[in-house]
Amino acid sequence: MPSLGASFGRGGATTFQQDLQNSDCIIIQGSNMAECHPVGFQWVMEAKARGAKIIHIDPRFTRTSALADAHVPLRAGSDIAFLGGIVNYIITNEKYFREYVVSYTNASTLVNEEFRDVDDLGGLFSGYDEESGEYDPSSWSYEGAAEPSAAGVREVDAENAGGGKDNADAGLATGDEFGSGGANLHGSNMQRDETLQHPRCVFQVLKRHYARYTPEMVEEVCGVPRATFLAVCEAVTSNSGRERTTAWVYSVGWTQHTVGVQYIRGAAIIQLLLGNMGRPGGGILALRGHASIQGSTDIPTLFNILPGYLPMPKARIDRTLADYLASISAEGQKGFWAAADAYTVSLLKSYWGDAATAENDFCFDYLPRLTGDHGTYETAMLMNDGKVDGFFVVGQNPAVGSANGKLQRLGMAKLKWLVVRDFQAIESATFWKDGPEIATGELKTEEIATEVFLFPAAAHTEKDGSFTQTQRMLQWHHKALDPPGDARSELHFFFHLGRMLKQRLEDSKADRDRPVRDLVWNYSVDEQGEPSADDVLREVNGWHVSGEKAGQMLSAYTEMKSDGSTTGGCWIYTGVYAEGVNQSKRRKPGAEQSWVAPEWGWAWPANRRILYNRASADPEGRPWSEKKAYVWWDEAAKKWTGHDVPDFPVTTAPSYRPPQGQGGPEGLSGDDPFIMQSDGKGWLFAPSGLVDGPMPTHYEPAESPLRNPMYFQQSNPTREIYRREENLMNPSPPEAGSETFPYVLLTHRLTEHHTAGGMSRWLPYLTELQPEFFCEVSPELAEERHLEHLGWATIVTARTAVEARVLITDRVVPLTVGGRTIHQVGVPFHWGVGSDSLSSGDSANDLFGVQLDANVHIQENKVASCDVQPGRRPRGPALLRYVEDYRARANITKETGTVPLTSEEQ
Amino acid sequence: MSGADNPAVEAGWASPPARKGFFTDTSVCIGCKACEVACKEWNGVPESGLEFLGLSYDNTGSLGADTWRHVAFIEQSRPIRRHDADAGGSPTGSLGVDTPPESDGDAGFFGEAGDFRWLMSSDVCKHCTSAACLDVCPTGSLFRTEFGTVVVQEDICNGCGYCVPACPFGVIDRRRGEKGVTKNAGLAQKCTLCYDRLGEGMEPACAKACPTQSIQFGDLDLLRERATERVADLQRAGVDGARLYGHDPNDGIGGAGAFFLLLDEPEVYGLPPDPVVTTRALPAMWRGAAFAAGSLILGAVVAFIGSSS
Repeated sequence: MPSLGASFGRGGATTFQQDLQNSDCIIIQGSNMAECHPVGFQWVMEAKARGAKIIHIDPRFTRTSALADAHVPLRAGSDIAFLGGIVNYIITNEKYFREYVVSYTNASTLVNEEFRDVDDLGGLFSGYDEESGEYDPSSWSYEGAAEPSAAGVREVDAENAGGGKDNADAGLATGDEFGSGGANLHGSNMQRDETLQHPRCVFQVLKRHYARYTPEMVEEVCGVPRATFLAVCEAVTSNSGRERTTAWVYSVGWTQHTVGVQYIRGAAIIQLLLGNMGRPGGGILALRGHASIQGSTDIPTLFNILPGYLPMPKARIDRTLADYLASISAEGQKGFWAAADAYTVSLLKSYWGDAATAENDFCFDYLPRLTGDHGTYETAMLMNDGKVDGFFVVGQNPAVGSANGKLQRLGMAKLKWLVVRDFQAIESATFWKDGPEIATGELKTEEIATEVFLFPAAAHTEKDGSFTQTQRMLQWHHKALDPPGDARSELHFFFHLGRMLKQRLEDSKADRDRPVRDLVWNYSVDEQGEPSADDVLREVNGWHVSGEKAGQMLSAYTEMKSDGSTTGGCWIYTGVYAEGVNQSKRRKPGAEQSWVAPEWGWAWPANRRILYNRASADPEGRPWSEKKAYVWWDEAAKKWTGHDVPDFPVTTAPSYRPPQGQGGPEGLSGDDPFIMQSDGKGWLFAPSGLVDGPMPTHYEPAESPLRNPMYFQQSNPTREIYRREENLMNPSPPEAGSETFPYVLLTHRLTEHHTAGGMSRWLPYLTELQPEFFCEVSPELAEERHLEHLGWATIVTARTAVEARVLITDRVVPLTVGGRTIHQVGVPFHWGVGSDSLSSGDSANDLFGVQLDANVHIQENKVASCDVQPGRRPRGPALLRYVEDYRARANITKETGTVPLTSEEQ
Repeated sequence: MSGADNPAVEAGWASPPARKGFFTDTSVCIGCKACEVACKEWNGVPESGLEFLGLSYDNTGSLGADTWRHVAFIEQSRPIRRHDADAGGSPTGSLGVDTPPESDGDAGFFGEAGDFRWLMSSDVCKHCTSAACLDVCPTGSLFRTEFGTVVVQEDICNGCGYCVPACPFGVIDRRRGEKGVTKNAGLAQKCTLCYDRLGEGMEPACAKACPTQSIQFGDLDLLRERATERVADLQRAGVDGARLYGHDPNDGIGGAGAFFLLLDEPEVYGLPPDPVVTTRALPAMWRGAAFAAGSLILGAVVAFIGSSS
């Protein structure tokens, strides 16, 4: 989550779900919490029972809306306009928490004279390069920055770039996740104006940027009546301040957009202005959609980061360990990210043990180097180009769960081999015999050369291990029974795969095989061949290799050394095995400990439950109010104390001011609560770290029936575009032909199913609760398109047409946007076409094209444009002709929707 | 509840534990259906059909032999809006966010009570104090447990089906399916309030799975106290239509062991407004039948006498 990382220093939920009970107002936006996180939703209900206001802002009226005090329907893809409107309201009406803002944010810091805002440049920030479609962010930096604050260097590697990809070719994994350390400021010597009057201070820049986000503009862009919008502003601001706090909750309804990172930045700015960060009942709760998705970025399945959000080294830039470390944090940088050398060396020691020595840069050369984007979509493009031989699909169902399912399936049909590990024969394992392309004739089973290996997987009840859930908390689970038949755990699979690879290379003399041969791979194995998950957790935690504590487990990441005397597989998890005890196993009942429940499981970092909690006290270290006391300075004991682990150097007094030029944790002032940030402050304006702008700006979705009402620039100019025949886009204004796709399409989940369906559509007890793919439409749209309740609708985009049963419901309302009526169509994305599940159905994600947020390479499949017609879609090859006809009517070519910069000629 | 009020005592249990029941507070139900799934998992109840019903998010339909918990979804609607009409307002479950002073009086949907609600309610066997199903059961398969609940003993049930029309709520039903293939095919089936779990000191599976405490299990008298407080709180907070259903021992079924807090008339949720134990009229019916039989016999005798004369 680079957005939270760039704003606060760490890319995780800033609070925990139980803390929602302390909120005075909860805004749930871009999330259907009651349906997708029903267990955590109990804490929202607790808050409501205490009298908190619950407001759900979402295009659809969902089960979350049903329990909220108010539901605010808005147009999908317009959230930045709404959030920007709140920022404008807060500043214009002077509702911000001034003391907090001045002390704890970068509001007073001056921005470089070169910076130009979007109002001057038709919707672009300064530094845009039309050729590459990217920003040079140097003009966004603070005044006094020593050198450009590069958001990440991009370099083209034509050899390995996905064919046809136009924009952001092989960006070198830009926008490191900033999951656990803020962006590099390269030794800025910042200027501050604590009166907030200087025209170039962040506060004034912010004020000007959002001046146009008036209630009238919100109404025009979002379709939210002015009075409703103002009621939300009033609820949020009157429930923030010394005595009250508001929490913001979001999920993938925000992230899966071409501007998703900036949505979250919008909430970050509001929460900083209102002083809601680091305080009980406040914060931003990022809800993750699977059991261990937080864990899968902490110890990443992503290509561009290493464990603990250390960036993946880049080819030709990070030649040596010293080069690499210099790119993470600059000399003299404040905060705990300055110790990245110790985290990195400990990781290398975990990987390569005794082979990693100071003399050989701790085997830094063994790490692969990024030559470009190797994200899932880039890989799918390369598959279509025949450049990928093999593919592992683990805990994923790309044939159903990824945008543009056809592109995914066509790509997989060009592989030499495909390994699918799942509970069932999911569509990604059976597309070669029963996928939609077999029906249309685009693929013929006998012509697909892909060899598919389906490995049955063990469920979590059938193996030991830990989950890291949405609030960064690790919880251990114990094996209850043996997996059935040939089913095995992921750990079993990958351990033995690694073991066999090492065996094959045992006698190799080639240097290139050294990384595998030297890899430490010595987990103990039980009589069934199952490796010890406990051993893995110990390795993740790390231990002392030498010295008087040799062999002892580390208790905190602050014990890590850069001299090779410690190991640690993921520095932010260090402490989970403190005192040689698996802390994630702790299950002390809530009734037997404080409400914060620090002895249930273990949360990173350092078992903190609310991050940045130094900010729960005023600059002098006193709680802002008794009611909201959380962590404070104990003058008698000369240390920070409170209900949680203080997120601050525990003996650094509030009055402490570091000497000029002091770096590291000692460089933090006593009033710098954002200890991972290079300036110790929360960022209202992000001078570095993001590739698409320092402040959120409203752009239309990549596919929209509307012209951007706010700027000449239509859509995010940095969005990643793939210009390919398999990835045609609908036209959007000012391009001609957009009227062919007049409706807004959005995807969502249902409580009854799990994502792409692998864990639900094979189970009768879940499938019977939602047995068929359907679409939700308003009575007005049903009338306009002659749709019948329980009948069928065909939904069409440039990619394909799908059919869905029709659910006409008052929960979907037409919105008035820019003087015209906009209809929205909601489709759940749980279904896919295959012959093995209890419930097969067309896949919603087949409707979406692939355009990505350039910060995180995430697809925009929460919003697109579409047409809707009554009845079922054509079958067989007739379906292709049907879609071809639509393309012809809308003049769709490969160029359509793929020009990043809006121009008059379009 | 004890002594004469406790149906377990009336059924002959010498010193039963406190009567157990459910209080289902629909005002906090999020419609997740975890209760339906947990019930089926624990009790081994078969799948009941993969049919898309289009009843809002309800694809279960009703309680029955294969559905012992059923979550109803009720969309309380607005009139259809034409495109040329004012599109300013929108539906919501608005429950009292104040109109801001800055607004111009066009209250949108914040100012006035919302004109749209999505009600959700998890229905279940009521475990009536006066249970008609139990009254009519000729085999003694249906019995009153020590917890005051009503349970079918599947090894005794002969599948006669008398209990089916006897239930005033349409809860109990015979399971369809082929004998030997479908478990308990042909036998009467319904919620047991997890009799097996209660015996082990555990709460029923549905209550255990409920994430928002919409389904509360416990001693019935404590649940009734809690419900009385809860409904008063809601009424004080101005929640329209909050009421209890089935909690009154003086109603037509002598009070339910599983009762509800509803936000509207019972009919809205598909519940009978004034349920009456169907066997209540049995004595009078028997008297009527005896009178009719007597009349017939008398008539026949008179006719015989008449014809022979």
